[in-house]
Amino acid sequence: MTKIVVDGVEVDVPGEYTLLQACEEAGAEIPRFCFHERLSIAGNCRMCLVELKGAPKPIASCAWSVKDCRPGPNGELPTVVTKSPTVKKARNGVMEFLLINHPLDCPICDQGGECDLQDQAMAFGVDTSRYEENKRAVEDKYIGPLVRTSMNRCIHCTRCVRFTAEVAGTGDMGAIGRGEDMEITTYLETAMGSELQGNVADLCPVGALLPKPYAFKARPWELGKTESIDVMDGLGSAIRVDVRGREVMRILPRVNEAVNEEWISDKTRQVVDGLKSQRLDRPYIRRDGRLVAASWGEAFAAIAARVSATTPARIGALAGDLASVEDMFALKSLMQGLGVTNIDCRQDGTKLHPAMGRASYIFNPTVAGIEQADAILIIGSNPRKESPVLNARILKRWRMGNLPVGLIGERVELTYDYQYLGAGAETLAELASGRGFAEVLAKAQRPIVIVGQGALMRTDGLAVLAAAAKLAHPSPEWNGLAILHTAAARVGGLDLGFVPGAGGLDAWAMTRPGALDVLFNLGADEIDVAPGAFVVYQGTHGDRGAHRADVILPSAAYTEKSGTYVNMEGRVQFADRANFAPGDAREDWAILRALSDVLGATLGFDSLPALRKALYAAHPHFARLDAIEAGGLTFATQTFELQPGAFTSAVQDFYLTNPIARASAVMAECSALAKGRLQQAAE
Amino acid sequence: MSVRRLADEQPANFEFTPENLVWVEAQIAKYPEGRQASAVIPLLWQAQKQHNYWLPKPAIEKVAEMLDMPFIRVLEVATFYTMFNLEPVGRFFIQMCGTTPCMLRGSDDIKAVLQRRVGEQRKVSADGNFCWLEVECLGACCNAPMVQINDDYYEDLSAQNFETLLDDLAAGRPVHIGSQTGRSTSEPAGGLTSLTSFYGADGHSGPASATSKS
Amino acid sequence: MLDDKDRIFTNLYGFGDWRLRGAQSRGAWDNTKGLIEKGKDWIIEEMKASGLRGRGGAGFPTGLKWSFMPKPDPARPSYLVVNADESEPGTCKDREIMRNDPHLLIEGCMIASFAMGAHACYIYLRGEYILERERLQAAVEECYAANLVGKNNANGWPFDIYVHHGAGAYICGEETALLESLEGKKGMPRLKPPFPANMGLYGCPTTVNNVESIAVAPTILRRGASWFAGFGAKNNTGTKLFCISGHVNTPCNVEEAMSITFRELIDRHCGGIRGGWDNLLAVIPGGSSVPCVPAHEIADAAMDFDTLRGLKSGLGTAAVIVLDKSTDIVRAITRISYFYKHESCGQCTPCREGTGWMWRVLTRMCEGRAQKREIDMLLEVSMQIEGHTICALGDAAAWPVQGLIRHFRHEIEKRIDDYAANPHSDPVLPFGVAAE
Repeated sequence: MTKIVVDGVEVDVPGEYTLLQACEEAGAEIPRFCFHERLSIAGNCRMCLVELKGAPKPIASCAWSVKDCRPGPNGELPTVVTKSPTVKKARNGVMEFLLINHPLDCPICDQGGECDLQDQAMAFGVDTSRYEENKRAVEDKYIGPLVRTSMNRCIHCTRCVRFTAEVAGTGDMGAIGRGEDMEITTYLETAMGSELQGNVADLCPVGALLPKPYAFKARPWELGKTESIDVMDGLGSAIRVDVRGREVMRILPRVNEAVNEEWISDKTRQVVDGLKSQRLDRPYIRRDGRLVAASWGEAFAAIAARVSATTPARIGALAGDLASVEDMFALKSLMQGLGVTNIDCRQDGTKLHPAMGRASYIFNPTVAGIEQADAILIIGSNPRKESPVLNARILKRWRMGNLPVGLIGERVELTYDYQYLGAGAETLAELASGRGFAEVLAKAQRPIVIVGQGALMRTDGLAVLAAAAKLAHPSPEWNGLAILHTAAARVGGLDLGFVPGAGGLDAWAMTRPGALDVLFNLGADEIDVAPGAFVVYQGTHGDRGAHRADVILPSAAYTEKSGTYVNMEGRVQFADRANFAPGDAREDWAILRALSDVLGATLGFDSLPALRKALYAAHPHFARLDAIEAGGLTFATQTFELQPGAFTSAVQDFYLTNPIARASAVMAECSALAKGRLQQAAE
Repeated sequence: MSVRRLADEQPANFEFTPENLVWVEAQIAKYPEGRQASAVIPLLWQAQKQHNYWLPKPAIEKVAEMLDMPFIRVLEVATFYTMFNLEPVGRFFIQMCGTTPCMLRGSDDIKAVLQRRVGEQRKVSADGNFCWLEVECLGACCNAPMVQINDDYYEDLSAQNFETLLDDLAAGRPVHIGSQTGRSTSEPAGGLTSLTSFYGADGHSGPASATSKS
Repeated sequence: MLDDKDRIFTNLYGFGDWRLRGAQSRGAWDNTKGLIEKGKDWIIEEMKASGLRGRGGAGFPTGLKWSFMPKPDPARPSYLVVNADESEPGTCKDREIMRNDPHLLIEGCMIASFAMGAHACYIYLRGEYILERERLQAAVEECYAANLVGKNNANGWPFDIYVHHGAGAYICGEETALLESLEGKKGMPRLKPPFPANMGLYGCPTTVNNVESIAVAPTILRRGASWFAGFGAKNNTGTKLFCISGHVNTPCNVEEAMSITFRELIDRHCGGIRGGWDNLLAVIPGGSSVPCVPAHEIADAAMDFDTLRGLKSGLGTAAVIVLDKSTDIVRAITRISYFYKHESCGQCTPCREGTGWMWRVLTRMCEGRAQKREIDMLLEVSMQIEGHTICALGDAAAWPVQGLIRHFRHEIEKRIDDYAANPHSDPVLPFGVAAE
């Protein structure tokens, strides 16, 4: 710790702190544009100039570390002044320069109201302009379907350039030309290739880069803001859902250092329009092969008729990837009430199972723990597509240096260099015998073995898991076995034990022809159900599941309900309701509670708090928000046999992994673009 | 500096000649392993020389691939450094220094000649011979005014000797690189004021004078 | 006046042979091994004692700079980088060294690298110096062939030397921008600290020196620090290459003793001021970056760092730009202002935005199409740039404008009055530069 005096206030801060951080510690506000905690220091905006006693001129506080300050001639502590006339003049000057070529178009700028330049001009600028010359005009650039540019407004802080290079890892953006004609753009105005590109609009301190789908739609002060959790992948990024009236207008990241820092993927952000189209807003019943609108009562009656006509052994329930813990708990309770053991939350067929201990199915080293890793092996996964924000964390660690990364599976384009070890199980078997990259892992203090669902949903999934666990050689201090989930509901489902009970069928078996008479499908849209069974689809969108349904029960999407989600790390997180479901759609737990009455197996709760009380009684860890419940790792004693064959990633089209995303026109455009790029690369 | 864009019409592809490939390898070898990006300017320059003094898009991409750099990084370099011509230039690409030291010695006259004979800046003359551009200080201020034509400096210009120079170039006649008024380099015109004990007052009569100039 | 025997650059004009043999006959590469055997401490002490101040413009003591290099560390090799990106308007001295006496530079690189524990040296030439680059490269190859440099050279210090070049960017003369450029990026200056001595080329300890600073080192070491220190005034010692351009009768490069008076420099080597001394208007004594000095202040001033600083200007690169009374001084400074606008890298705000602003206001002032209050505004704008930028280009852009206003405010005011008195007169000579 180093002592320093800021505006007369003495603070004790770590030596590697920048002066800017030290000033904030001392309560002095420092304006800034280019500085961003998570990006490299550029020091180019010059807004954060402060006076350091002894320095001949004002210095950029963002770029000067406390340890670089020299004590005074008589050993006085280094002294920083942030309120002197020199500093004020410097800030005024820089602000004036920033504004001379900035258009005065705040009234038509989407950034208005949440613009750093606007705010800081109010606080640190002057009220008139002395600039009599013509303002600079800059051509707007096409940089992709998600970010709209208005380059006249650009103040060249290069946050976007640094983000794409350092966090997204694609190096999409750059600044061409020089001097006052320097322009921010992508290579010849091609679309950015990153799955995190939307973040550049958040980073842009002015209105130069703005979210394209949101253009001219709303003003920040009109929006209600609700803290929530993303369900587009297994990471559980912290998000804020901004709503006007009943309508979700946009989704923004929240800071959660442990999970997503402050980034979210493009799917998380821009799935918004998918929440509004293809929605199921009333119950339907299939009559004469066609789905016709019905009342809740008619729908429930139709279900009751089918259920009463069969036996529990011929009934089953599937939980999909977006279900909350509460929804699954209600469905599981209902099935228990009916005596049904055919339940499963693993529609992709992954072999993960709670019986092997919680450590066998979570991302044990934690996402933040990636930063401590000293070797990483990726098995059957494409982290960039399966969890782009997690991938950014790997890149962050990789950029620190000395991180060997090995990959078994598809030879995919990641944002960091890796050693390609082989395509599939043969290579894994070789590693398991201690050869090749296994030696790197063995030597590592904190190795991480990331296993994707692509490798776990094979018939030899358990063998893959066992081999991965062996390679990760867990110790009491460090368990490097890291299961990468793609479904937001999965860990919660496994925690609940939403897997077949004694003698019960799993997802694959339930969907075979003739397996069941009645199938309750809670939003499982990634699985084909063979003809025959009567399918009760409870979900949000007219997607695959609804097309196969015999009765549709319309329910609330993730922004429209209050729910608990457990991310791939096993971290319990809580999402608040931001808006209401459309039409007659209801929250899933309430639908199931109502249905339970009709089916004569009334659930023992009639409010969400009551449901949660029962849930917490059965599974106490769900009550501990933001905590990760420790878990053991127990494999059965039998040995598993790896079957030859290549691993494939569980996610082939990042933009279209769930019904909400498939309903989004924006995601469709992104998907088409990505396919085109892939094709181009192949040619 | 003004906004710089790649030319509208671009060749389909670009490959270094075999000789240049050898040269390129030697350039890359100058830098420590993993630092091959250091060679980006020399490579782009060689590509430009090979391609009639302008840098086409495929060459930018080629160099990026050779050096394992993202395209945008190479485009940044190509647009930042003004010696990279992003559009076709004439057979003789004339860079006229217009910065103050040359301006004081009459670069306005040189500019007038260019405007009259060649036309607008950056536009190739109808015969394809010339294209000119006012550039910033080329570092030959003691021999001002001056121009650089392709690789070579032509110094101590006047409207008259510059016209002659252009005539000679256009006609394919041999021209003298360097001073157009007979100076060797940047010694004072009319006789040395220093180093006379080595080279005599005229530079050629002292004990150290080279017998033949190279 | 400096005697020929005390001149370091004895082939400044290229009348002699630039090749190894010629250079050796003039004394280059004479017992370099002996100098190296005296040890790095001796070399650095001699350089300090000689009083040599960096010849690239800033005038930082060269010996002191060398002493900043940390102890050699195999994981982080040290580098010497020679700044041959000579682009400061008015300056054309390094060019003569590289094309006429390249071996002085190469030998200097060897010795300097040894003194700072570097085994590799890069010489960064401006891209336009093509002939100079070829000549220097040929000289380097001669040295490899003669085993003067290389892994196992005769001088006993393993040493490789590489010629690198830029492609047209003044800013690459700034040492950290030069390093960025050498790493294959845009030449955008880095934030300091860390300084290159800690984190320079490829993140390794690096010293960046001007061509002239390096090229004089072998002669200083051979002839002794006291010989070099015997020239010039205290704290401004040695001999120096002056580049005299503009309105003198015979513009030239010449090596002279530091602290020579302006009058003696011009009368002895440049045939006097064009039209006589009464015709002298002002002088820009150190390259375009420094403020101009009016005739009466400069005429008998000593040409050295401290004297010119006293005149609120500077010696800079010793590029002396002479302006006689025929000069349109407003336009001359406006053209310099354009230069800085053109060469601003665009990285930091005050320089990116301010250089263009100053140039545009000045362009109007050239014609008189401005308000008198704008003169003070212009001055303020220049102050808002000065000292607020990442590198010194901001200062360099501001100083000429400040010099103009300090000494020639009346000229601008007259321009404005004339324009106001006759607003419909023909416009002043159209002043379009490049494709603006």
